Amino acid sequence: MAAKAIVGEKVGMTHIWDEKNRFIPVTVVKVTPVRVVRAKTEQSDGYQALQVTYGVRKRSRVSKPVLGQFEKSGVEPGVAIMELRGVDGLDLASGDEFGAEIFQTGDRVDVTATSKGHGFSGGMKRHNFKGQGAGHGNHKHHRAPGSIGACATPGRVFKGTRMAGQYGGGSVTTLNLEIVQADPERQLILVKGSVPGPKGGRVVIRSSVRGGK
Amino acid sequence: MHPTDIVDQDSLRSDIPDFAPGDTLKVHVRVVEGDKERIQVFQGAVIRRQGSSLHETFTVRKVSFGVGVERTFPVHSPIISKIEVVTRGDVRRAKLYYLRDRVGKAAKIKEKR
Repeated sequence: MAAKAIVGEKVGMTHIWDEKNRFIPVTVVKVTPVRVVRAKTEQSDGYQALQVTYGVRKRSRVSKPVLGQFEKSGVEPGVAIMELRGVDGLDLASGDEFGAEIFQTGDRVDVTATSKGHGFSGGMKRHNFKGQGAGHGNHKHHRAPGSIGACATPGRVFKGTRMAGQYGGGSVTTLNLEIVQADPERQLILVKGSVPGPKGGRVVIRSSVRGGK
Repeated sequence: MHPTDIVDQDSLRSDIPDFAPGDTLKVHVRVVEGDKERIQVFQGAVIRRQGSSLHETFTVRKVSFGVGVERTFPVHSPIISKIEVVTRGDVRRAKLYYLRDRVGKAAKIKEKR
């Protein structure tokens, strides 16, 4: 499997028309070219990964232990050090850069990002519960979840029962999205459909783990 | 300014004439049948124009065999081969939904002069 991965920033959603004049909703991702900090290998770390960084950060803003890692590999300090696990390009040396050019139009990708935080949310928002009726004598229970289990048997609430709680703000991956347009010149990737997270959020685009190309 | 303007620029059309609600348009629509393409003209009054930049749409209403027909097009859609402005209408509002409740002479839009 030729796995590829890249880091980018979600710009927002729009649409384009394809060559058959079909309307295609797309999410625009601005790729931030990454610099290889070091390659982790089976021998040295027990697994394969590329340690990369992107963007620029003032030297004075980087803590000394982290700065040491950048200096060891002779790479300009970036916003964060990230690990792209299981990707090829282990032959890349420290300081090598790559960006949107590794993906082609038509590739299938998975997009991972931190989803929008919704705070402590009720069952209706979090799990699409129906809620309860407005009338028939219902009083102050319009958005309540209803029953969460039976009576003396089993006499407890099953683990994993969907209830209110923290919603969003976690890592979410959308699988098997199509790259409608890859634009290495402007470092833009147009992905069909939506991707998790707010505009301006960091996303990681990887080759899809599901079939296809 | 939208953040996605950098992408939207590529799809924007510059050959769209100025038109506003109340105007009567001839919209030349590309219709694909099998592997053939032909032009179909949809003529009617613009009753709405909404959205901005690439996402802007307009709705054209006509009465066909006594049945009201409304069709909404994205302004920058490539299926529109041409837009002709037939008449300029003199109307006082931006959304002409009141035309739906009117038939015959009452549904006529005054022409701008």
